[in-house]
Amino acid sequence: MKAFAHLYTALDETTATKEKVAALADYFRSAPPADAAWAVHFLNGRRPKRLISSGKLRAWAAEEAGVPAWLFEESYQAVGDLAETITLLLPAGGESSELPLSHWVEERLLRLRGEDDDVQREDMVASWRELDSRERFVWNKLITGSFRVGASQQLVTRALTEVSGVPEGVIAHRLMGAWDPTPEFFERLIAPDTSDADVSRPYPFFLAHPLEGEPGTLGDAGEWIAEWKWDGIRAQLIRRAGRTFLWSRGEELLAGRFPEVEETGGLLPDGTVIDGELIPWLDGAPLPFAQLQRRIGRKNLGAKILDEVPVVLVAYDLLEAAGVDIRALPLSERRLRLAALVESVPSGRLLLSTAVPAPNWLAATNARREAREVGAEGLMLKRLSSSYGVGRRRGDWWKWKVDPLTVDAVLIYAQPGSGKRAGLFTDYTFGIWEGSHLVPFAKAYTGLTDEEIRKVDAFVRRNTLEKFGPVRTVKPELVFELHFEGIQRSSRHKSGIAVRFPRMARWRTDKKAEEADTIETVRALLSP
Amino acid sequence: MSLLHLTPKGLYCEAGDFFVDPWEPVDRAVITHAHGDHATWGSYSYLTSVPGVNVLRARLEMGARIRGVEYGETVALNATTVSLHPAGHILGSSQVRIEHRGEVWVVSGDYKTDPDPTCTPFEPVLCHTFVTESTFGLPIYRWPSQADVFAEINAWWRANAAAGRTSLLLGYALGKAQRLLAGLDPNIGPILTHGAVERMTGVYRQDGIELPPTQYAGAAGSRADATGAIVIAPPYADASLWSRRFGNHSTGFASGWMMVRGARRQRSGLDRGFALSDHVDWPSLLAAIEATGAGEVWVTHGYTGPVVRWLQERGVDAKAVATRFEGERAEVTETSQDELSDSAAPLPPSPAASSP
Repeated sequence: MKAFAHLYTALDETTATKEKVAALADYFRSAPPADAAWAVHFLNGRRPKRLISSGKLRAWAAEEAGVPAWLFEESYQAVGDLAETITLLLPAGGESSELPLSHWVEERLLRLRGEDDDVQREDMVASWRELDSRERFVWNKLITGSFRVGASQQLVTRALTEVSGVPEGVIAHRLMGAWDPTPEFFERLIAPDTSDADVSRPYPFFLAHPLEGEPGTLGDAGEWIAEWKWDGIRAQLIRRAGRTFLWSRGEELLAGRFPEVEETGGLLPDGTVIDGELIPWLDGAPLPFAQLQRRIGRKNLGAKILDEVPVVLVAYDLLEAAGVDIRALPLSERRLRLAALVESVPSGRLLLSTAVPAPNWLAATNARREAREVGAEGLMLKRLSSSYGVGRRRGDWWKWKVDPLTVDAVLIYAQPGSGKRAGLFTDYTFGIWEGSHLVPFAKAYTGLTDEEIRKVDAFVRRNTLEKFGPVRTVKPELVFELHFEGIQRSSRHKSGIAVRFPRMARWRTDKKAEEADTIETVRALLSP
Repeated sequence: MSLLHLTPKGLYCEAGDFFVDPWEPVDRAVITHAHGDHATWGSYSYLTSVPGVNVLRARLEMGARIRGVEYGETVALNATTVSLHPAGHILGSSQVRIEHRGEVWVVSGDYKTDPDPTCTPFEPVLCHTFVTESTFGLPIYRWPSQADVFAEINAWWRANAAAGRTSLLLGYALGKAQRLLAGLDPNIGPILTHGAVERMTGVYRQDGIELPPTQYAGAAGSRADATGAIVIAPPYADASLWSRRFGNHSTGFASGWMMVRGARRQRSGLDRGFALSDHVDWPSLLAAIEATGAGEVWVTHGYTGPVVRWLQERGVDAKAVATRFEGERAEVTETSQDELSDSAAPLPPSPAASSP
C-alpha cells in the first residue's frame, strides 16, 4: 500500500505530463505484477461495485473522529470529496503499511462484500487505524469507488510502453474490453508477443476533434466525406468465434440491452467488427435522444418499449473483416467493404451511415444547416485516405456541430461543486420569465473561467436570500447566455421544457434580469 | 448592555466612540492588523500596536495619523479603557481589549497560537465577551506540525534546485512571506522576492526582525539567475507574465486552504500546496475560546455557522456576526486584490510595470 500511495502522491503533486509518466513507469518497474495489475485496473477508472453505502461510511467515520453528524456534513460541503473528508477528520494515523496493494484489495477490500454491518464497520475502523494518512486517503478512494487522479488512460499506456517497449497502440488495445486484474493479465499486457487474442475485445475508439473554424481550412472538399453526426451511443458490434459482443465507448458490455442489434450481430460473418452509433429509429427517421434514455434506465425491456423505441446501429466504419484488423486501410476502402457487408445483412437493424453529398464546402455548409431537421447534431468530416486511429487525434476526423441554440437566463439557485470545485458555488440553476415569475429552466455547471467562477461565488455569498441545505436562493440579478444542443417538451420539468447539454456561453454583464428571455420565446424554439 | 454594535461601517463601540477594523473611513479606527480586510484607507486617525505602526503605515496613505501603543498599555478612549494584546497573526497584530464599567470585551482580529519567529506570540486575555475569527472553523483543519511543513518546503526546493528548476513559492506578501523566509534553509540557494514581498520584508527588517538575505527578483533579468533559487511571490503573481521569466519552474502555495486537495486543484498550474496558516486551526480555536473564560462569544470572518452551533451545543452563548468580507474565501480574493495595489507602489519599482 505504501508504494501505491506514494505513486498517488507523486501523480498528485505535479502538473507536468513527463513527470507523471516517469512516476507511473517507476511504479510499474518495481511493483509486483499482482500489484501492477490492480494499479492499472484502478488508474483506468475501473472500480469494484459499491461495497459500503456512503451513509454508513459517514456515520462510522464521524464516530471514529468524534464529530457529530451535522459537523461531518458541514466538513464534507467544504471538502467536496468523501474519501478526503474522512481522511481529514480521523484522528492521527497509524504506521504505514508494508503489505502490498494486492493484499489490501483482495484480502481486505473485496472481503467486505456481503459482510453484515458490524463486521464491515469493524474492518473499516481497523483499516483506518493501520494506515498512515496518505495511505488512508488512497484506501478511502478505493472504498468509495471514486478513484481518479490526474493520470489519463493515455499516460498509463505511455508509461507501460516505456517499461515494456510494446507499442502504445497494442497496449491500448489490450486494455480494452473485459479483463481481470491478475498477475497473468499484467504479464500479458506488457508481453512483447503481439499474437494474443481475446474474442470479445473491442478496438480503441477513434474520436474526432471539434472543428472550430471554417471547413475551407481542410483543403480540397473532394478528399473528404461528410456524414451526419448522430446523437446516440457510440458502439462496436463484434462477431467472433460464433459469438456477438456489443460494447459502448465507455467500454461497457451492453449485453441484453439492445437485443435487436445483438440479434443482427448473429447474421454477420465471423471475424467482423463494426463501429457505429446506437440510435432510436422509427419509420426511417431518428427519435430524440430522450427516447433512448427511456430504454437506458430499464432493467427489463418489455415488448411495449421495444416496439415504441426500436434501436438500430448506424454503421460508420469497419475495423475487422474476416478476422483481420483493417484499421490501417484508407477509409474509402473500409467504407466500400462496410457498404457491401451492410447490404448483405438482411436486417433493418443495421444501417449504413450515408454520405451527405458535399462536392464542395458550400454544399457541406448548407447541409450542416439542415442537420437539426434531419435529427442530427451536425456533420462529421473524415478524410477519405485516413486510417482508423486510436483516441482523439487532430487532423483526419472532425466533428462539425450545428450552432447551438441560445437563451438568456437568470441565475436563481446556486450550490457548491465537488472535487476540484469544492467550497465554491459552481453549480447553478437558471430561470426564465413566466409572467412576473422566474421559472427554473436549466442547470449548468460549465463554461465559466476560474476568474468568473470566483466572482459569481462572491456574488452568491453576498446575495443569498434563503438556504435549503447546500442550495442557496440568490437575488435574481445575474444574466447568462446559455447554449444547448436540443430542446424538448417535458412533463418532468417545471418549465415544461428539457434541454440537452446546457452550458454557460457568456456572462451577460450588459443585461439586467428583466431583459432575460421569457418562456414564450423559449417555447418558440420547440419544433412543432 | 452591548459594548459593541455591528454597523454598516463595521464594529462600533459607542461608549468609546471608535470602530474596530472598520471597512469604511471613520473618525477613529482601532486596527488589529494591517491586512486589507482589517485595515482600510481614509480614516481620520488610527490606533494600533507599536510593532504594528510601520507595517500599517506601509499599507495606508502617506500622511495617515497612526498612534502606536505598547502591548498591554492602557489608553482611555472616552468612557472606555482600551489595551492591545499580541494575536500572533503577523507583525504587530493585536487583540483589542475594551473595558467599560467592569465589563470586558476582547476582539481577536486574526490570530494563531502556533509559534512564529516574526511576531510576538498570542496571549490569551480573560473577558466576558470574546469576538473571534473563524476562518478555519471546521474540524478538517488541523495543522500539521510547522517543523514538518518547513522540512517539506525545503525538501521541495532542494529537489527542484537539483533538477535545475526554479521554485516559485506563493504566499501573502505581508506576514506569510516573512514567516516563510524565516523558515527557509538559505544554504540551498539564493532567495528572490517579488516587489510586494521585498517591500514588506524591508519593513520587517527595519523593525528588527531577522530574516535571511533576499534579492529583489525584478533585477534578476535573465533566466539563468533564478535557476536553483526560490522565489517568494504573492498569490496573484503566478498567473501573470511576471512568473514566465522563470522558465522551468515548480509552483507551490503556502496557505491553510492547502489542507484540502480541491482548493489546490482549483488553481491551475499549482504543483504543491503547503498547509501553513497564520490562523488558528479547529482545536486551537476551541482552546483559545475556552482560555478567555468568556460567557458570550461572537463569531465572525469564516465558518461562523458551524462554530456557533458547536459552542451552543456546549452551553456557550454564541452568535454569528456578519462581515463584509465573507471569510471562507476572503484570504484568497480580497487580500490579493489589496496586495495587487501594493506591487504598484513607487518603491521598489513595480516589476509588472517595469517589464516590457
